[in-house]
Amino acid sequence: MNRQRIVALAWKEWREILRDRLFFALAFVVPTMLMLLFGYGLTLDVENLPFAVVDYDRTAASRDYAYRFISSRYFAFQGYAADERAVDGLLAGNQVRMVLIIPPRFDERLTRGEAAPVQVLIDGTFPERTQTSMGYVTAINSAVSLDQMAQALSRVRGIPLAEARQRVQPVKLEVRYLYNQSVQSIWSLAPKLIMLIMMLSPPFLTAVGVVREKESGSIFNIYSSTVSPGEFLLGKLAPYVAISIANAMFLWLLATTLFGAPFKGDPLFFAFATVLYVICTTGIGLVISMLVQTQVAAMIVASIVSIIPAVLYSGVLLPLPSLSPAASVLAHALPPMYYTNIVVGCFLKAVSWHALWLEVAVLAAYAVGLFGLGYLLFTKRPAS
Amino acid sequence: MSHGLLSAVGLRRLRVMTRKELLQLFRDAALMVFFLYSFTGDIYLAASGVSMQLKHAAMATLDGDRSFASRELAGRFQPPYFKPVGEAGSPAQAVRLLDDGDVMAVLDIPPRFNERLLRGEQVSVQMQVDTSNSVLGFLTSSYGAQIVGRYGLEVAALREGMGGAVGPRVEADVRVWYNPNQNDAWFMGISELLTVITLFSILLPAAAMVREKERGTIEQLMVTPLSPFQILFPKVIAMTLVILAGCAIALFGVLGPLFQLPMRGSLGTFFLVTALYVFTTAGLGLLAATVARNLAQVGMLTVVILMPMLLLSGAWTPIEAMPPWMRGLAWISPLHYFLDAAYGILLKGAGLALLWDSVLAMSALGILIFAVGMRRFSRQTG
Repeated sequence: MNRQRIVALAWKEWREILRDRLFFALAFVVPTMLMLLFGYGLTLDVENLPFAVVDYDRTAASRDYAYRFISSRYFAFQGYAADERAVDGLLAGNQVRMVLIIPPRFDERLTRGEAAPVQVLIDGTFPERTQTSMGYVTAINSAVSLDQMAQALSRVRGIPLAEARQRVQPVKLEVRYLYNQSVQSIWSLAPKLIMLIMMLSPPFLTAVGVVREKESGSIFNIYSSTVSPGEFLLGKLAPYVAISIANAMFLWLLATTLFGAPFKGDPLFFAFATVLYVICTTGIGLVISMLVQTQVAAMIVASIVSIIPAVLYSGVLLPLPSLSPAASVLAHALPPMYYTNIVVGCFLKAVSWHALWLEVAVLAAYAVGLFGLGYLLFTKRPAS
Repeated sequence: MSHGLLSAVGLRRLRVMTRKELLQLFRDAALMVFFLYSFTGDIYLAASGVSMQLKHAAMATLDGDRSFASRELAGRFQPPYFKPVGEAGSPAQAVRLLDDGDVMAVLDIPPRFNERLLRGEQVSVQMQVDTSNSVLGFLTSSYGAQIVGRYGLEVAALREGMGGAVGPRVEADVRVWYNPNQNDAWFMGISELLTVITLFSILLPAAAMVREKERGTIEQLMVTPLSPFQILFPKVIAMTLVILAGCAIALFGVLGPLFQLPMRGSLGTFFLVTALYVFTTAGLGLLAATVARNLAQVGMLTVVILMPMLLLSGAWTPIEAMPPWMRGLAWISPLHYFLDAAYGILLKGAGLALLWDSVLAMSALGILIFAVGMRRFSRQTG
């Protein structure tokens, strides 16, 4: 290993990146853009769910009941529908995602102290949103039922409403939300976005950067020079790692300042783990670049290989415990999940080495493994 | 243009150029392998691997009472939603379990729970929920509230002598349409298919165009009698054909047989709408190609176009919950319309009668984007 050669190569690569103004700008703009876009747009809260009401009862009680939904910020009222036939088109045409049907004799049944059935139709196209909406519906219905029962009890027993309310609800559940007390999506999302974006951008940059030399043929200059494979890889990749580390730092700043996510952990530990992760993702780009011959292929492979695991198997959008066994194995076999644990631990839980040493070790093993594989695959005497 | 688009010569030129693009595409073996993988393996993984529902959330109990009532309540947290992992010895240990991510929630039942219930007091039970993932956190607390609520009603009914089923209340009969069992594979599979289609329909035409620029073969094309349109359009035709083939493989080779995806609507309509969508998105790719000088730039620009499109489509997150200005942007994302149409046709059995507005909006966007791209291309080369 000759340090001078590595530095020379890194410098050459840096100049090349710098001269391609659009590429250089995009290398920094893309991560920031993604952070802003996802940070503001990727809200996982289900709110303003468009819904319609079919009211066959048309009494004060049924209107009151419907109003509970109309006034909720989780639902956006789109109007009353005449009957169930009109509902088919509304749901199929994506105008509403939920329909509330209040049958006749709703009021009468409640006054008589009976159970009043209602029907709720939910568009099941998006299963996760369906689950959440069902949760809202159940919550509103329990609140209404409790009110009704408390009123009935207070009438029958002649006790104050407040006392009746306590009696019909002997057990109360107090939920304490840990790590993210307000359940604001953005707090838990912003840190994970660092993971996501650092999984998307470095492999892409690296793969394209290396394959560019292959496709344009300038790599033959390297083949015929005295530079050894190891020196070439280190020199070639150093600028990309540097760009990605700078990006990661900037994303961290955005997460903590612009999005106001709390950072409770140890900054040094976090910086160390982040550098490891960036080296890992750069290594993914390196391995891809060794396997393909054209930049188009490099781009396609990089996006398929990096986007899917980063989005699906890292716990950003989807709960990890609900992965199927096969997917769970895959999730454990890829770096994003480990770094997600580190990011979440550092930002929201203030845990450090003692809880996360395994994750760091896995990332380190990955970095070594990927670079080792890249080194083995790189040959100065290509077959064709 | 001496030879019109629909003249015999014009058509032959289109055919020959389309063939050339297809040949060029098929010769990149690594690309073709990944193309096939994207429409088969990748979609299989996405459809089989993921369930967005809360299942088996690990829960520990801190039972400060150790009475019949407290065990009864804790015992109601059962699969499929919860997975009881036993008792945490102390509050400190419970915190440790949560910190390490070993459990999702801790149910904390206070001392004298049973005694106070019998005396007719209102007792609070605490649940600590890990909301690092806010969706899961919400679902956990929502199911927890349901379980505790039902238990409370039963206790109240016994205590107040209201018997079993008396008392005015609302009972909701919730029916989920189009996907009654909430099969995540359908949603994830289609969503992944749309993502892959989008990726390829931006990247392939853009790359095909810029590669000609980078290698200088565009100059050769410029000196032929071909018009700019006759150079650009065959690229789009070729990529559309290939992508439609990939789409058919994904539907009939993976999603249909392996996941029993119900294709309720007309498949002809589906492929027609898909072709229209690929045209529109290819226009975006060509537009990017007029901006970029080399393939690396095309790659970055693709990310810049692709990510907002995916995000603003509503496939990953509900558009309704986004800030208003972003909802406005969704109107110019072709994927937003395609998503409505694709789910509408495949899952809901909707036809053009219901989806005409989405299709119309998509066509309008496509024509606009194509026109701008063509104009820029003619200026640059003319």
